[in-house]
Amino acid sequence: MKKALLTVEDLTISFFTQAGEVQAVRGVSWHVSEKETIAIVGESGCGKTVSIQTVMGLLSKPGSIQKGQILFRGEDLAKADKNRLHELQGNDMSMIFQDPLTYLNPTMRVGRQIAEAYLQHNKATREEADARVLEMMRLVSFPSPERNMRAYPFQLSGGMRQRIMVAMALVCNPAVLFADEPTTALDVTIQAQIIDLMNSLKTKIDAAIVLITHDMGVVANMAQRVYVMYAGKIVEHGAVDDIFSNPKHPYTWGLLYSIPRLDAPVKGAMEYIPGTPPDLISPPKGCAFAARCRHAMNICAQQQPPFFDFEEPEHCAACWLYAQDAKEQYADVIEKRGKENG
Amino acid sequence: MDRNQLYESLNPDLLQTEEMVRPQTTYLKDVWRTFKKRKTALVSAIILVLLVLLVLFGPMMNPYNYYSNDYTAINSAPSAQHWFGTDTLGRDLWTRVWVGGRVSLLIAILATLFPFAIGMVMGGISGYFGGKVDMIMMRTIDILMGIPTMIYNILLIVVMGSGNISTLIIAFTLTGWMGSARSARGMVLQIKAREFVMASETLGASPVRIIFRHLLPNTMGIMVVGITLTIPMIIFAEAFLSFIGLGIAPPNPSWGQLISNAADVFKNYPYQFIIPCSFVSLTMLCFNLMGDGLRDALDPKLRA
Amino acid sequence: MADKTLLELKSVSKHFQVKSGVLKAVNDVSLTIYKGETLGLVGESGCGKTTLGRTLVKLYQNDEGSILYKGKDIWSYNRRENLAYHKNVQIIYQDPYASLNPLHVVRQSISEGLEIHHLYKGKKRNDRVLELLDMVGLNQEHANRFPHEFSGGQRQRIGIARALAVEPELIICDEPVSALDVSIQAQIVNLIMRLQKEMGLSYLFITHDLSLVKQISDRIAVMYLGSIVELAPAQSLYEHHYHPYTSALLSAIPIPDPVVEKHRRRILLSGDVPNPINLDGGCSFRSRCPKATERCAAERPQLREITPAHFVACHHAD
Repeated sequence: MKKALLTVEDLTISFFTQAGEVQAVRGVSWHVSEKETIAIVGESGCGKTVSIQTVMGLLSKPGSIQKGQILFRGEDLAKADKNRLHELQGNDMSMIFQDPLTYLNPTMRVGRQIAEAYLQHNKATREEADARVLEMMRLVSFPSPERNMRAYPFQLSGGMRQRIMVAMALVCNPAVLFADEPTTALDVTIQAQIIDLMNSLKTKIDAAIVLITHDMGVVANMAQRVYVMYAGKIVEHGAVDDIFSNPKHPYTWGLLYSIPRLDAPVKGAMEYIPGTPPDLISPPKGCAFAARCRHAMNICAQQQPPFFDFEEPEHCAACWLYAQDAKEQYADVIEKRGKENG
Repeated sequence: MDRNQLYESLNPDLLQTEEMVRPQTTYLKDVWRTFKKRKTALVSAIILVLLVLLVLFGPMMNPYNYYSNDYTAINSAPSAQHWFGTDTLGRDLWTRVWVGGRVSLLIAILATLFPFAIGMVMGGISGYFGGKVDMIMMRTIDILMGIPTMIYNILLIVVMGSGNISTLIIAFTLTGWMGSARSARGMVLQIKAREFVMASETLGASPVRIIFRHLLPNTMGIMVVGITLTIPMIIFAEAFLSFIGLGIAPPNPSWGQLISNAADVFKNYPYQFIIPCSFVSLTMLCFNLMGDGLRDALDPKLRA
Repeated sequence: MADKTLLELKSVSKHFQVKSGVLKAVNDVSLTIYKGETLGLVGESGCGKTTLGRTLVKLYQNDEGSILYKGKDIWSYNRRENLAYHKNVQIIYQDPYASLNPLHVVRQSISEGLEIHHLYKGKKRNDRVLELLDMVGLNQEHANRFPHEFSGGQRQRIGIARALAVEPELIICDEPVSALDVSIQAQIVNLIMRLQKEMGLSYLFITHDLSLVKQISDRIAVMYLGSIVELAPAQSLYEHHYHPYTSALLSAIPIPDPVVEKHRRRILLSGDVPNPINLDGGCSFRSRCPKATERCAAERPQLREITPAHFVACHHAD
C-alpha cells in the first residue's frame, strides 16, 4: 500500500448558527496517496465540500473544527495558523471550483491571473512568469495560448474558463489538487472534454487528485478509490470497481440505482430513495440513513454502525447488515442488491 | 432489547421523529432579530415610541392647555410650574410642544403614507406593463421631479390657502408620489422576472391580481424603509413651511409654528427655540437611524 | 392519429433583439405533441428548449409560425378561450426556490389557480387543496407553512400541485428536477410519471439529461441552437441515432460503471458552442461536425423521415 500524502483522521466540523449547532461533518477519515485520484461522493449537505474546504484552510465562521487531524506531509493542518495555510494554498494544495465565472477576476486578463497565481509563491521575472503561463496553457490544451492569454474571462466559454482554472491550480505544481464539482456547471459535451483533460493530466503531473462530486458517471471515469458520504459521515469506501460492481451500503445501492443510466432500457422503472436527508442540527443517534433504508433494523436506530471490512482490499462499509449477527440473516438480500448494478 | 430483536426489521417507533425540528421562524421574526442587533436602530425605535406616548399623553400631564394666554407668566424659563417654560403670550410650552407634535407627526405620517400608496400603484403598473405605459409614466415623473419640491409645495399652498392640516397633506402628496413610484417600479422590474410571477401569469392571472397580490407585496420591504426615511423629510418640510408662514396658522401649534414664533425672541429667550428644535431634530434622527437599521435587517444578503 | 393531436407547432420561431444583433432562440421548429404521450425535449444549455417551453404557455409570443392547440391558433383566442388555454396547458418550473411567492402560504399558492378559474366553492376549495397536497405526497399541516420552510424537493411538489389544481391536459415540465439533489430527482420524476398514469396527462419534458429522458419518454426531440436536429421514438433514438450531434451527445454522457466506461469510444466534439447571435443560413452544427461539407454551409437541412417515425435534419445522415 502506498504511503499516504494527505490523511484526514476523524475530522469533525460544526457550524454554530442562530438555529443551533449544525454538525456538518461528524468524524470522517480518508486519505490520498501520491498520483492517486480519489472521489468523495454524496449529495448536497452531506459535508463533502465543507471537508475539503477545511483541509484547504478555507473554513470560515461560523464553522469550526471540533475534533480530528489533517495530516499533510506529517504536519497537522487542523492546528496550523492562517499564515501557514496561506503558504500552502495555491502552492502545495490547490482547488478548482464548480463555476469558473465567479472564481475568475472579470477585470483581469486570464494570462495575468495565472501569472499572479504563480508569482504568489515563486520569485520570478515577468518573462519567466509568462513562459510558465504558456507552459500551463499548453498543458491544458488551450487553443492559441499566445493570443488567448490576453483574453478576459467573459470572452471565453465555460469550458475554456474551466481550463484556465485548472491551469491556475496547477501552476505551482501542487501535491494535491481538489476539484469541487468541476463539471457540474458545464454542458455534457464540454464536460466530456474536461474529464478527458483531467484524465490525460494524470500522466503528466504528480499531483494527487481529490474529486468532489455527486455525479457517479464522472466518478466512474476518473477515480481509483471512492468514499461515499451521507449526512456528515462516510458510509462506504473502496476501489472504484468494487464500489460499482459490488456495492455494500444501502445508501450506495439507492444512489446507484436511482440514477438514470444511458444503458438502461427505455421507460424502465426508476427506483428512488424515499424521504429526505436528516437535519444535522439534531442528527439521529443511530445510523443517519435508517429512516430511509428499507433494510433497517432496530439496532440501526439505536447505535451508529462501525465499519465492517470485506474481502477486497480497502473495501468497507458502515452498516449493521454486515455485523456477525445479521450477515447470515440478510445474506440473500445483500447478494441480490449488490449485483443489481450493470 | 435482546440480541435477536436488535437485528429484526426496524420498528418505526424507535426513530426520533425529526419533523421540522428547527423553531418555526417567519420572515418577520428574522427581520426583528437582525434589527435588534443594531443597537442604534433599536434605541431609536424605543425613543420614537416614547415620543409618541408623550405626544398623546403629555398634554394631560399638567393642567394647562395650549391656547390660553396667561399674561402674568409670559416668557418664563422652564420651572416647576411650567416644565418647558412659557412663550411670549404666557402659554405653557410643555403642552404646546406635545399638541404641536401631534400635528407635525400626523402630517408627517399621512403625508408620507398617501404618496407612497399612490406611488406604489403607479410604479407597479408602470413596471408590470412596461413598453409605452412605462415610458410615458417615467418621462412624466422625470419632468415633474425636475422642479424643486419646495417651490411646488409653496405654489400649491398659496393656491389652496394655507393654515390647514389638509392642505399641507394634499400638497405633500401631490409632490411626493414620484420617488416611491420610481423605486417601486425598479423593484417590480426585478420581481417580475422571478418564476412565481410567471407561474401566476401562466395560471391565467389578470394584471390586477399579479400587481396587487404578487408584485407589490414583495416590494414592501423596500417601501417600509422608504417610508421611515421619508417621514423625517416631511417633518422638516412642514417645519420649514410653518416657519415661513405657509404652514399651520396660529394659535394652532405645530413644531414649525413653535420654532417660527420663537425665532423672534431667540436672543433673549433661547429655550423657546431650542426645545421644539431639539424635538424636531431628535425625531428626524431617530427615524433615519431606524430606517437604516430596517434596511440592513431586510437585506437578505446581510442576514446572519 | 389526427384527433389525438394536442399541440401542433408549425415552423415556430422566436427572436430576441440583443445589442449585437438578433438571437434566434427558437429557429423554425415544427413539432406535434399527442394526447397521453411524454415527448422529451433534450439539448444543452442555450439550445432554446426553455424558450420553446415558455412560448407554448404564452409567456412569449412566437415571431414566426403558428402554434395550434386542438386545431386552433393559440394567439387567435378571445378572452374566455385564452383563460381556458391556461387551464388546459400548465407548466412546472425549474427553480424551486423562485417558483413560489415567499409571502404566500402553501395553501394560497396552490389555490390561486382554483380562484382564477372559479373551480370549487367555499369549503370544497379547501378540501381540494388538501387533496392535491396528498396527491403529491405532502401532509395537511403543510398547507399553512411558508415556502422557505421546505426543501427543494418539497417545493417542487408544491409547484406540481399548483399546476394540477386547474386540471390541465398538457403539462410542460421545464427541467423540473435539474435543481434538485440526485436522490430526490428520482422521487420527483416518479411522482410526475405516476400522476400521468392516474390523470391521463400529456407531457413535454424538457431536460438536458439524456439518461433521464430515456427512462420516461415515448418520443424524444433533440435540440441544438434553436432547431430540432433529430426526432424519434425513444427506443429508436438510442439504438440508431443519425444526427452527428446526437451521436456526440450520447457518447459524451458518462455512465456510472467503470468497466463500461473503459471500453467506450468517445466522439469528442472540437471547439465550443458557436455564438447563437446572428446565425446565418446553413446548418447550425457544421462548425463542430465531423461530417460537414459545403452543402451544409449553403443549405439548411430540414427534418426528413429516415426510418418510420424517425426524423433527422442532416444532409449526411444515413
